[in-house]
Amino acid sequence: MRDRTAENAEVVFCENRVEPRKGALMSGVRLLVGTRKGAFVLTSDENRERWDVSDPSFAGWEIYHLKGSPADPNRLYASQSTGWFGQLIQRSDDGGKSWQPMGNKFEYDGVPGTHQWYDGTPHPWEFARVWHLEPSLDDPDSIYAGVEDAALFRSNDGGGTWQELSGLRGHGSGSSWAPGAGGLCLHTIVLDPRDPERIFVAISAAGVFRTDDGGKTWRAANRGLHSGGIPDETAEVGHCVHKLAMHPSRPDVLFMQKHWDVMRSDDAAESWQEVSGNLPTDFGFAIDVHAHEPETIYVVPIKSDSEHYPPDGKLRVYRSRSGGNEWEALTEGLPQKDCYVNVLRDAMAVDSLDSCGVYFGTTGGQVYASADAGDTWAPIVRDLPAVLSVEVQTLP
Amino acid sequence: MIRVLLPTHLRTLANVQGEVELELEGEATQRLVLDALETNYPMLRGTIRDQATQQRRAFLRFFGCGEDLSHDSPDAPLPDAIVTGAEPFMVVGAMAGG
Repeated sequence: MRDRTAENAEVVFCENRVEPRKGALMSGVRLLVGTRKGAFVLTSDENRERWDVSDPSFAGWEIYHLKGSPADPNRLYASQSTGWFGQLIQRSDDGGKSWQPMGNKFEYDGVPGTHQWYDGTPHPWEFARVWHLEPSLDDPDSIYAGVEDAALFRSNDGGGTWQELSGLRGHGSGSSWAPGAGGLCLHTIVLDPRDPERIFVAISAAGVFRTDDGGKTWRAANRGLHSGGIPDETAEVGHCVHKLAMHPSRPDVLFMQKHWDVMRSDDAAESWQEVSGNLPTDFGFAIDVHAHEPETIYVVPIKSDSEHYPPDGKLRVYRSRSGGNEWEALTEGLPQKDCYVNVLRDAMAVDSLDSCGVYFGTTGGQVYASADAGDTWAPIVRDLPAVLSVEVQTLP
Repeated sequence: MIRVLLPTHLRTLANVQGEVELELEGEATQRLVLDALETNYPMLRGTIRDQATQQRRAFLRFFGCGEDLSHDSPDAPLPDAIVTGAEPFMVVGAMAGG
Protein backbone atom coordinates (compact mmCIF):
# COMPACT_ATOMS: atom_id res chain seq x y z
CA MET A 1 0.00 0.00 0.00
CA ARG A 2 1.26 3.38 -0.89
CA ASP A 3 2.10 5.64 2.02
CA ARG A 4 -0.06 8.69 1.36
CA THR A 5 1.42 10.48 4.33
CA ALA A 6 4.85 10.23 2.87
CA GLU A 7 3.58 11.42 -0.47
CA ASN A 8 2.02 14.46 1.12
CA ALA A 9 5.16 15.10 3.06
CA GLU A 10 7.16 15.14 -0.13
CA VAL A 11 4.87 17.70 -1.68
CA VAL A 12 5.14 19.96 1.35
CA PHE A 13 8.86 19.56 1.43
CA CYS A 14 9.28 20.47 -2.19
CA GLU A 15 7.23 23.60 -1.75
CA ASN A 16 9.08 24.52 1.39
CA ARG A 17 12.50 24.04 -0.04
CA VAL A 18 11.60 26.09 -3.10
CA GLU A 19 13.01 23.23 -5.05
CA PRO A 20 10.92 21.91 -7.91
CA ARG A 21 10.28 18.26 -8.42
CA LYS A 22 12.62 16.02 -10.28
CA GLY A 23 12.64 16.91 -13.93
CA ALA A 24 12.09 20.60 -13.52
CA LEU A 25 14.57 23.12 -14.90
CA MET A 26 17.16 24.37 -12.43
CA SER A 27 19.70 27.09 -12.75
CA GLY A 28 22.40 26.11 -10.35
CA VAL A 29 23.69 25.44 -6.89
CA ARG A 30 25.25 27.48 -4.12
CA LEU A 31 27.51 25.84 -1.58
CA LEU A 32 27.88 27.45 1.82
CA VAL A 33 31.19 26.42 3.32
CA GLY A 34 32.14 27.13 6.92
CA THR A 35 35.83 26.91 7.81
CA ARG A 36 38.21 27.56 10.67
CA LYS A 37 38.99 30.96 9.20
CA GLY A 38 35.89 32.24 7.50
CA ALA A 39 32.94 31.42 5.26
CA PHE A 40 33.05 30.84 1.53
CA VAL A 41 30.27 30.72 -1.05
CA LEU A 42 30.85 28.43 -4.04
CA THR A 43 28.49 28.73 -6.98
CA SER A 44 27.94 26.86 -10.22
CA ASP A 45 25.33 26.26 -12.85
CA GLU A 46 23.43 23.00 -13.12
CA ASN A 47 26.38 21.29 -14.82
CA ARG A 48 28.48 21.75 -11.70
CA GLU A 49 31.70 21.76 -13.68
CA ARG A 50 32.91 25.34 -13.30
CA TRP A 51 32.75 27.04 -9.94
CA ASP A 52 33.13 30.54 -8.61
CA VAL A 53 34.73 30.72 -5.19
CA SER A 54 33.99 33.83 -3.16
CA ASP A 55 36.42 35.77 -1.07
CA PRO A 56 36.14 34.86 2.61
CA SER A 57 33.39 36.37 4.72
CA PHE A 58 34.17 36.84 8.42
CA ALA A 59 37.84 36.32 7.65
CA GLY A 60 39.76 34.87 10.54
CA TRP A 61 36.69 33.70 12.47
CA GLU A 62 35.53 30.13 12.96
CA ILE A 63 32.35 29.48 11.04
CA TYR A 64 30.94 26.30 12.48
CA HIS A 65 27.88 26.37 10.27
CA LEU A 66 25.90 28.47 7.83
CA LYS A 67 22.65 27.53 6.20
CA GLY A 68 19.94 28.99 4.02
CA SER A 69 16.24 29.16 4.70
CA PRO A 70 14.25 26.58 2.72
CA ALA A 71 11.48 29.17 2.50
CA ASP A 72 13.69 31.96 1.15
CA PRO A 73 16.98 30.95 -0.43
CA ASN A 74 18.38 34.46 -0.10
CA ARG A 75 18.01 34.32 3.66
CA LEU A 76 21.18 32.83 5.14
CA TYR A 77 22.30 32.44 8.72
CA ALA A 78 25.86 31.93 9.93
CA SER A 79 27.40 30.99 13.25
CA GLN A 80 30.57 33.03 13.73
CA SER A 81 32.84 32.60 16.74
CA THR A 82 36.32 32.72 18.15
CA GLY A 83 37.82 32.00 21.52
CA TRP A 84 38.74 35.68 21.77
CA PHE A 85 35.43 37.38 21.04
CA GLY A 86 32.80 34.70 21.61
CA GLN A 87 29.72 34.00 19.56
CA LEU A 88 28.06 36.05 16.86
CA ILE A 89 25.13 35.26 14.60
CA GLN A 90 25.13 36.78 11.14
CA ARG A 91 22.25 37.02 8.70
CA SER A 92 22.16 37.71 5.01
CA ASP A 93 19.05 38.67 3.06
CA ASP A 94 20.75 38.67 -0.32
CA GLY A 95 22.24 35.23 -0.66
CA GLY A 96 25.51 36.05 1.07
CA LYS A 97 26.43 39.30 -0.67
CA SER A 98 26.06 41.23 2.56
CA TRP A 99 25.62 40.29 6.21
CA GLN A 100 24.26 41.86 9.37
CA PRO A 101 25.14 40.82 12.93
CA MET A 102 22.06 39.64 14.78
CA GLY A 103 21.34 38.77 18.39
CA ASN A 104 23.98 36.74 20.15
CA LYS A 105 22.59 36.43 23.64
CA PHE A 106 22.15 32.74 24.34
CA GLU A 107 21.02 32.62 27.92
CA TYR A 108 20.00 29.35 29.51
CA ASP A 109 16.51 29.33 30.90
CA GLY A 110 16.45 29.48 34.69
CA VAL A 111 19.24 28.13 36.85
CA PRO A 112 21.48 26.24 34.44
CA GLY A 113 22.58 23.53 36.89
CA THR A 114 25.28 21.03 36.08
CA HIS A 115 26.13 18.21 33.70
CA GLN A 116 28.94 15.70 34.03
CA TRP A 117 32.47 16.73 33.28
CA TYR A 118 35.02 14.42 31.66
CA ASP A 119 36.08 13.10 35.03
CA GLY A 120 32.52 12.43 36.14
CA THR A 121 32.25 15.43 38.44
CA PRO A 122 29.40 17.95 38.15
CA HIS A 123 30.22 20.88 35.88
CA PRO A 124 28.18 24.06 35.48
CA TRP A 125 26.34 24.47 32.21
CA GLU A 126 28.27 27.13 30.26
CA PHE A 127 27.51 28.49 26.82
CA ALA A 128 30.47 28.08 24.46
CA ARG A 129 29.27 28.36 20.86
CA VAL A 130 26.60 27.58 18.29
CA TRP A 131 27.39 24.40 16.41
CA HIS A 132 24.43 24.16 14.09
CA LEU A 133 21.73 26.44 12.69
CA GLU A 134 18.55 24.91 11.32
CA PRO A 135 16.11 27.31 9.66
CA SER A 136 12.43 26.48 9.77
CA LEU A 137 11.07 24.73 6.71
CA ASP A 138 8.42 27.36 6.08
CA ASP A 139 9.30 30.63 7.86
CA PRO A 140 12.51 32.52 7.04
CA ASP A 141 12.39 34.33 10.39
CA SER A 142 12.21 31.16 12.44
CA ILE A 143 15.38 29.25 13.15
CA TYR A 144 16.80 26.78 15.65
CA ALA A 145 20.33 26.83 17.07
CA GLY A 146 22.10 23.87 18.61
CA VAL A 147 24.71 24.99 21.10
CA GLU A 148 27.53 23.86 23.39
CA ASP A 149 26.98 23.22 26.31
CA ALA A 150 24.13 21.24 24.86
CA ALA A 151 20.86 23.08 24.48
CA LEU A 152 18.40 24.03 21.78
CA PHE A 153 17.45 27.65 21.16
CA ARG A 154 14.88 29.14 18.83
CA SER A 155 14.49 32.56 17.30
CA ASN A 156 11.21 33.71 15.79
CA ASP A 157 12.45 37.14 14.74
CA GLY A 158 15.11 36.33 12.22
CA GLY A 159 17.88 35.83 14.74
CA GLY A 160 17.27 38.99 16.74
CA THR A 161 16.50 37.24 20.00
CA TRP A 162 16.88 33.64 21.16
CA GLN A 163 14.90 31.58 23.62
CA GLU A 164 15.96 28.23 24.99
CA LEU A 165 13.63 25.26 24.56
CA SER A 166 14.61 24.23 28.03
CA GLY A 167 12.49 21.12 28.20
CA LEU A 168 15.36 19.36 26.45
CA ARG A 169 18.05 20.30 28.94
CA GLY A 170 15.51 19.72 31.65
CA HIS A 171 15.07 16.15 30.52
CA GLY A 172 15.57 14.02 33.60
CA SER A 173 18.88 12.74 32.30
CA GLY A 174 20.41 16.17 31.74
CA SER A 175 22.62 16.15 34.80
CA SER A 176 24.24 12.93 33.55
CA TRP A 177 25.16 14.18 30.08
CA ALA A 178 28.90 14.21 29.49
CA PRO A 179 30.87 15.90 26.73
CA GLY A 180 32.48 14.16 23.81
CA ALA A 181 36.00 15.10 22.80
CA GLY A 182 34.65 18.19 21.03
CA GLY A 183 32.55 19.32 23.96
CA LEU A 184 28.97 18.76 25.10
CA CYS A 185 27.44 19.92 21.86
CA LEU A 186 24.01 19.79 20.29
CA HIS A 187 25.16 19.42 16.69
CA THR A 188 22.22 17.97 14.77
CA ILE A 189 18.67 19.27 14.37
CA VAL A 190 16.30 17.40 12.06
CA LEU A 191 12.87 18.88 11.41
CA ASP A 192 10.01 16.61 10.38
CA PRO A 193 8.47 18.03 7.18
CA ARG A 194 5.23 16.21 7.92
CA ASP A 195 4.81 17.48 11.47
CA PRO A 196 6.23 20.83 12.64
CA GLU A 197 5.87 19.72 16.24
CA ARG A 198 8.31 16.85 15.82
CA ILE A 199 12.04 17.56 16.04
CA PHE A 200 14.99 15.23 16.44
CA VAL A 201 18.26 16.44 17.94
CA ALA A 202 21.55 14.72 18.60
CA ILE A 203 24.03 15.55 21.34
CA SER A 204 27.58 14.35 21.85
CA ALA A 205 27.80 12.42 24.03
CA ALA A 206 24.22 12.05 25.24
CA GLY A 207 22.45 10.71 22.15
CA VAL A 208 19.24 11.34 20.26
CA PHE A 209 16.22 13.12 21.68
CA ARG A 210 12.80 13.62 20.11
CA THR A 211 10.00 16.03 20.80
CA ASP A 212 6.45 15.69 19.49
CA ASP A 213 5.17 18.95 20.93
CA GLY A 214 7.39 21.57 19.39
CA GLY A 215 10.12 21.34 21.99
CA LYS A 216 8.20 21.48 25.26
CA THR A 217 8.93 17.90 26.25
CA TRP A 218 11.55 15.49 25.04
CA ARG A 219 12.42 11.86 25.37
CA ALA A 220 15.59 9.97 24.75
CA ALA A 221 15.49 7.95 21.53
CA ASN A 222 18.50 5.67 21.75
CA ARG A 223 17.05 2.16 21.99
CA GLY A 224 19.20 -0.22 20.01
CA LEU A 225 22.41 1.79 20.30
CA HIS A 226 25.43 -0.01 21.75
CA SER A 227 28.40 2.05 22.83
CA GLY A 228 31.51 0.42 24.18
CA GLY A 229 33.34 2.51 26.70
CA ILE A 230 30.34 3.53 28.75
CA PRO A 231 29.38 1.56 31.84
CA ASP A 232 26.04 0.40 30.45
CA GLU A 233 26.50 -0.13 26.71
CA THR A 234 22.77 0.13 26.04
CA ALA A 235 22.01 2.98 28.43
CA GLU A 236 19.10 5.33 27.75
CA VAL A 237 21.57 8.20 27.29
CA GLY A 238 25.33 8.53 26.99
CA HIS A 239 25.85 7.64 23.33
CA CYS A 240 28.15 9.67 21.14
CA VAL A 241 25.90 10.18 18.13
CA HIS A 242 27.79 12.05 15.45
CA LYS A 243 25.10 12.89 12.89
CA LEU A 244 21.54 12.10 11.77
CA ALA A 245 20.07 12.24 8.28
CA MET A 246 16.52 11.94 6.99
CA HIS A 247 14.94 11.87 3.55
CA PRO A 248 11.99 14.26 3.63
CA SER A 249 9.67 11.83 1.89
CA ARG A 250 10.07 9.36 4.76
CA PRO A 251 10.27 11.27 8.04
CA ASP A 252 10.11 8.09 10.09
CA VAL A 253 13.30 6.71 8.58
CA LEU A 254 16.48 8.09 10.08
CA PHE A 255 20.10 7.25 9.45
CA MET A 256 22.86 7.78 11.97
CA GLN A 257 26.62 7.89 11.98
CA LYS A 258 27.52 7.13 15.56
CA HIS A 259 30.99 7.40 17.05
CA TRP A 260 31.26 3.79 16.03
CA ASP A 261 28.45 2.13 14.02
CA VAL A 262 26.17 3.28 11.23
CA MET A 263 22.57 2.85 12.29
CA ARG A 264 19.05 3.24 10.90
CA SER A 265 15.63 3.60 12.40
CA ASP A 266 12.37 2.86 10.63
CA ASP A 267 10.13 4.06 13.43
CA ALA A 268 11.09 7.68 14.04
CA ALA A 269 13.94 6.80 16.41
CA GLU A 270 11.88 4.50 18.60
CA SER A 271 14.54 1.88 17.88
CA TRP A 272 17.77 1.57 15.94
CA GLN A 273 19.45 -1.23 14.00
CA GLU A 274 23.05 -1.38 12.92
CA VAL A 275 23.66 -1.23 9.15
CA SER A 276 27.44 -0.91 9.10
CA GLY A 277 27.67 -4.08 6.99
CA ASN A 278 30.84 -4.29 4.92
CA LEU A 279 32.24 -0.83 5.67
CA PRO A 280 36.00 -0.91 6.19
CA THR A 281 35.44 0.93 9.48
CA ASP A 282 32.19 2.11 10.95
CA PHE A 283 33.70 5.14 12.65
CA GLY A 284 33.00 8.46 11.00
CA PHE A 285 31.17 11.74 11.27
CA ALA A 286 29.14 12.65 8.18
CA ILE A 287 26.12 10.86 6.74
CA ASP A 288 23.57 11.97 4.16
CA VAL A 289 20.75 10.67 1.96
CA HIS A 290 20.40 10.93 -1.82
CA ALA A 291 17.90 13.61 -2.79
CA HIS A 292 15.72 11.31 -4.89
CA GLU A 293 16.51 7.82 -3.60
CA PRO A 294 15.58 7.50 0.06
CA GLU A 295 17.44 4.21 0.42
CA THR A 296 20.70 5.57 -1.00
CA ILE A 297 22.97 6.86 1.73
CA TYR A 298 26.53 8.12 1.97
CA VAL A 299 29.20 7.98 4.67
CA VAL A 300 32.93 8.68 4.80
CA PRO A 301 34.57 5.99 6.92
CA ILE A 302 37.33 7.27 9.19
CA LYS A 303 39.91 4.89 10.59
CA SER A 304 39.25 5.31 14.28
CA ASP A 305 38.59 7.73 17.09
CA SER A 306 42.29 7.85 17.81
CA GLU A 307 43.33 8.39 14.17
CA HIS A 308 40.95 10.82 12.57
CA TYR A 309 41.78 10.11 8.93
CA PRO A 310 40.67 7.63 6.28
CA PRO A 311 41.95 4.05 6.34
CA ASP A 312 45.04 3.30 4.24
CA GLY A 313 45.45 6.94 3.21
CA LYS A 314 42.55 6.53 0.75
CA LEU A 315 39.71 9.03 0.76
CA ARG A 316 36.64 6.97 -0.03
CA VAL A 317 32.97 7.83 0.16
CA TYR A 318 30.85 4.75 0.71
CA ARG A 319 27.40 4.51 -0.80
CA SER A 320 24.66 2.07 0.05
CA ARG A 321 21.71 1.75 -2.29
CA SER A 322 19.91 -0.54 0.11
CA GLY A 323 19.63 1.71 3.13
CA GLY A 324 22.73 0.23 4.68
CA ASN A 325 24.53 -3.09 5.18
CA GLU A 326 25.74 -3.32 1.58
CA TRP A 327 28.22 -0.60 0.75
CA GLU A 328 30.33 0.28 -2.28
CA ALA A 329 33.44 2.41 -2.26
CA LEU A 330 33.33 5.55 -4.43
CA THR A 331 36.86 6.51 -5.33
CA GLU A 332 37.01 7.96 -8.83
CA GLY A 333 38.50 11.43 -8.58
CA LEU A 334 39.33 11.15 -4.88
CA PRO A 335 42.92 10.75 -3.62
CA GLN A 336 43.76 7.09 -3.15
CA LYS A 337 47.10 7.47 -1.48
CA ASP A 338 48.73 9.71 1.12
CA CYS A 339 45.43 11.28 2.18
CA TYR A 340 45.06 11.94 5.90
CA VAL A 341 42.21 14.42 6.21
CA ASN A 342 38.98 14.16 8.13
CA VAL A 343 35.41 14.92 7.06
CA LEU A 344 33.48 16.47 9.93
CA ARG A 345 29.84 15.87 10.80
CA ASP A 346 28.31 18.90 9.09
CA ALA A 347 30.62 18.79 6.09
CA MET A 348 28.52 16.73 3.65
CA ALA A 349 25.47 17.80 1.68
CA VAL A 350 23.39 16.81 -1.35
CA ASP A 351 21.65 18.99 -3.90
CA SER A 352 18.33 18.15 -5.51
CA LEU A 353 19.13 18.49 -9.19
CA ASP A 354 17.98 15.65 -11.41
CA SER A 355 21.33 13.98 -11.12
CA CYS A 356 21.88 14.32 -7.41
CA GLY A 357 25.01 16.26 -6.50
CA VAL A 358 26.99 15.19 -3.46
CA TYR A 359 29.51 17.46 -1.74
CA PHE A 360 31.89 17.23 1.15
CA GLY A 361 34.68 19.26 2.67
CA THR A 362 37.79 18.12 4.50
CA THR A 363 39.96 19.31 7.33
CA GLY A 364 42.65 19.73 4.67
CA GLY A 365 40.64 22.48 3.02
CA GLN A 366 39.38 20.60 -0.01
CA VAL A 367 35.75 20.69 -1.13
CA TYR A 368 34.85 17.81 -3.43
CA ALA A 369 31.81 17.62 -5.67
CA SER A 370 30.11 14.81 -7.50
CA ALA A 371 27.46 15.70 -10.06
CA ASP A 372 26.52 12.05 -10.61
CA ALA A 373 25.46 10.86 -7.18
CA GLY A 374 28.97 9.88 -6.16
CA ASP A 375 30.16 7.92 -9.20
CA THR A 376 32.86 10.48 -9.98
CA TRP A 377 34.37 13.30 -7.97
CA ALA A 378 36.38 16.44 -8.58
CA PRO A 379 37.71 19.10 -6.22
CA ILE A 380 35.99 22.46 -6.42
CA VAL A 381 38.73 24.04 -4.35
CA ARG A 382 41.77 22.52 -2.67
CA ASP A 383 43.24 25.04 -0.31
CA LEU A 384 40.62 26.53 1.96
CA PRO A 385 41.12 26.58 5.71
CA ALA A 386 39.94 23.41 7.46
CA VAL A 387 36.32 22.84 6.45
CA LEU A 388 33.82 22.62 9.30
CA SER A 389 30.55 22.55 7.38
CA VAL A 390 29.13 22.30 3.88
CA GLU A 391 25.54 23.08 2.96
CA VAL A 392 24.08 23.34 -0.51
CA GLN A 393 21.21 25.31 -1.93
CA THR A 394 19.60 24.22 -5.17
CA LEU A 395 18.59 27.49 -6.77
CA PRO A 396 15.62 28.02 -9.04
CA MET B 1 36.15 62.34 25.26
CA ILE B 2 37.47 58.82 25.66
CA ARG B 3 39.46 57.20 22.88
CA VAL B 4 39.06 53.43 22.56
CA LEU B 5 41.35 51.28 20.46
CA LEU B 6 39.76 47.99 19.41
CA PRO B 7 41.46 44.90 18.00
CA THR B 8 41.24 44.40 14.25
CA HIS B 9 38.38 41.88 14.28
CA LEU B 10 36.19 44.12 16.40
CA ARG B 11 36.93 47.17 14.25
CA THR B 12 35.79 45.13 11.25
CA LEU B 13 32.69 43.98 13.09
CA ALA B 14 31.81 47.50 14.21
CA ASN B 15 32.67 48.86 10.77
CA VAL B 16 35.04 51.47 12.14
CA GLN B 17 38.54 52.49 11.21
CA GLY B 18 41.09 53.68 13.73
CA GLU B 19 39.99 54.62 17.19
CA VAL B 20 36.47 54.99 18.52
CA GLU B 21 35.65 58.18 20.37
CA LEU B 22 33.08 58.17 23.16
CA GLU B 23 31.49 60.87 25.26
CA LEU B 24 30.61 59.70 28.77
CA GLU B 25 28.23 61.03 31.38
CA GLY B 26 29.80 60.89 34.84
CA GLU B 27 33.09 59.60 36.12
CA ALA B 28 34.84 57.44 33.55
CA THR B 29 35.21 53.80 34.54
CA GLN B 30 35.74 50.62 32.57
CA ARG B 31 32.08 49.77 32.98
CA LEU B 32 30.88 53.13 31.65
CA VAL B 33 33.30 52.98 28.74
CA LEU B 34 32.10 49.51 27.78
CA ASP B 35 28.46 50.46 28.32
CA ALA B 36 28.88 53.44 25.99
CA LEU B 37 30.80 51.36 23.48
CA GLU B 38 28.05 48.73 23.35
CA THR B 39 25.33 51.37 23.13
CA ASN B 40 27.00 53.00 20.15
CA TYR B 41 28.03 49.71 18.57
CA PRO B 42 25.48 47.05 19.59
CA MET B 43 27.17 44.43 17.46
CA LEU B 44 30.01 44.42 19.99
CA ARG B 45 27.78 43.13 22.78
CA GLY B 46 29.16 39.87 24.07
CA THR B 47 32.47 40.19 22.26
CA ILE B 48 34.43 42.01 24.99
CA ARG B 49 32.55 40.93 28.10
CA ASP B 50 30.03 38.19 28.71
CA GLN B 51 26.49 39.47 28.30
CA ALA B 52 25.17 37.67 31.35
CA THR B 53 28.03 37.99 33.84
CA GLN B 54 29.64 41.18 32.46
CA GLN B 55 33.00 39.48 32.99
CA ARG B 56 35.84 40.36 30.64
CA ARG B 57 36.38 37.62 28.08
CA ALA B 58 39.36 35.49 29.00
CA PHE B 59 41.52 36.23 25.96
CA LEU B 60 41.11 39.99 26.13
CA ARG B 61 42.95 42.57 28.22
CA PHE B 62 42.48 46.26 28.90
CA PHE B 63 45.61 48.39 28.64
CA GLY B 64 46.14 52.09 29.13
CA CYS B 65 48.94 54.50 30.04
CA GLY B 66 51.41 51.64 29.87
CA GLU B 67 49.50 49.68 32.50
CA ASP B 68 47.45 46.50 32.46
CA LEU B 69 44.06 47.65 33.76
CA SER B 70 42.40 44.27 33.26
CA HIS B 71 42.20 43.35 36.90
CA ASP B 72 41.10 46.74 38.13
CA SER B 73 37.56 47.02 39.38
CA PRO B 74 35.16 47.81 36.52
CA ASP B 75 33.92 50.67 38.66
CA ALA B 76 37.33 52.15 39.47
CA PRO B 77 38.07 55.57 37.95
CA LEU B 78 40.23 55.39 34.84
CA PRO B 79 43.58 57.20 34.73
CA ASP B 80 43.35 60.91 34.00
CA ALA B 81 45.23 60.58 30.73
CA ILE B 82 42.51 58.25 29.44
CA VAL B 83 39.73 60.46 30.77
CA THR B 84 41.14 63.51 29.00
CA GLY B 85 41.73 61.60 25.77
CA ALA B 86 45.48 62.01 25.93
CA GLU B 87 45.86 58.23 25.95
CA PRO B 88 43.55 55.58 24.49
CA PHE B 89 41.76 52.85 26.40
CA MET B 90 43.04 49.77 24.61
CA VAL B 91 41.13 46.50 24.20
CA VAL B 92 43.79 43.97 23.35
CA GLY B 93 43.39 40.42 22.14
CA ALA B 94 45.78 37.76 23.39
CA MET B 95 48.50 36.93 20.88
CA ALA B 96 47.74 33.24 20.78
CA GLY B 97 46.11 30.67 18.59
CA GLY B 98 46.63 29.37 15.10
